[in-house]
Amino acid sequence: MPPRVRPVRGWRAATVAGTARESASARSIRLAVDGWPGHVAGQHIDVRLTAEDGYQATRSFSLSSAPGEAPQITVERVDDGEVSPYLVDVATDGDALEVMGPVGGYFVWQPGDDVPLLLLAGGSGIAPMRAIWRAARAHGTPVRLVYSARTADRVIFADELRSPNGPESTVHLTRERAAGFEHGRLRAEQLSALLRPGGVREPRLRAYVSGPTAFVEEAARGLIGAGLDADSLRTERFG
Amino acid sequence: MVTRGFTGRPRRTEGAVPPGQFVTSDFPVLTAGPTQHVPTRAWELVVTDGTTERTYAWASLRDLGVVDLTTDIHCVTHWSKLGTTWQGVPVAAVLEDAGVADEPYALVSSYGGYTTNVPVEDLVDRDAMVAVGYEGGPIPAEHGGPVRLLVPHLYLWKSAKWLRGIRVMPEDELGFWENAGYHHRGDPFLEQRYYGD
Repeated sequence: MPPRVRPVRGWRAATVAGTARESASARSIRLAVDGWPGHVAGQHIDVRLTAEDGYQATRSFSLSSAPGEAPQITVERVDDGEVSPYLVDVATDGDALEVMGPVGGYFVWQPGDDVPLLLLAGGSGIAPMRAIWRAARAHGTPVRLVYSARTADRVIFADELRSPNGPESTVHLTRERAAGFEHGRLRAEQLSALLRPGGVREPRLRAYVSGPTAFVEEAARGLIGAGLDADSLRTERFG
Repeated sequence: MVTRGFTGRPRRTEGAVPPGQFVTSDFPVLTAGPTQHVPTRAWELVVTDGTTERTYAWASLRDLGVVDLTTDIHCVTHWSKLGTTWQGVPVAAVLEDAGVADEPYALVSSYGGYTTNVPVEDLVDRDAMVAVGYEGGPIPAEHGGPVRLLVPHLYLWKSAKWLRGIRVMPEDELGFWENAGYHHRGDPFLEQRYYGD
């Protein structure tokens, strides 16, 4: 059973409070939200945009900021998308939108969950992982990240991953070879090795898997095939 | 309030799309946890009221009569998919055949441990079916095959994948997402997304 996390109800006024280019196709947007109640690592918000004629569009985005930090989402541009091109290319400090949440009590990490964490992220699925690794590291919980991106210029949070503040991480590129990166998709023996740090099976490990459906399906199936108990696996699929 | 710089897509005029939803031609997969892979020959559905109980296998379920349904589906994560076609056995026919008591609530369970609560009237008064086919073929495992519940007029988390059990009860008992802050009934046209909406 997931913890009972009651979502915060109702739409709140919000403004864009800062943006940061994260990769060729992704940007982080920091938000100033009226009465922001704080959030749990891994939760998401609903974002509602309103056009001049009153037309509205709503999407869900994971929060990439740690609890205690200002709410921030990290968005990858979908070329034929309706909302992501605005957020990645157009949104400017002061722009108004609305936010509901934070929401979610399943794909979350909270202090007290003191088991070693294995985070597997594909593409923009790294957004909630940043919230989780920052919260867990602040708490002294061991975190290992394996991140899969198409090409080096699509690696999100590259600077943080290289810094001492980042989690222990490995980045795989699926569509190019580049120095400093692994090449190709995660293989079964790699997943199996991740469950056995130092060659010994870590029985208490919990895995979080987030990203595009195909990535999540493959990674989740691989982890279970490698012996991970399904109760120790949390997944979040992005369409 | 206007979001400067946001124009949106060309406007749709039809009223088929519930508030806060956008139409996609994809079929995204949203599941809490790993996809279950249940072989059709091993699949079973247990229908019970706690006293009377009946177990169905693939063939005995289909023997109750498979119908076609073309319907829109709506996920609480804001996507809707229009004009999907399913094949299945109406839940009303299953409950009737099983001979379970006429109780107001149901708790639906899945292979893998997922649960969701659905009022029985939502299972029997509309188009809800125990689905065995999608778009003329088998239901892919990631979409809940071989057999899933389909309650198209409620948000899709009510349409439990890898259907394993339907228990009718005199009292409501919350399921997985309902315990995690989501609405107890989940009507997309009333935008019942979260607890208390």
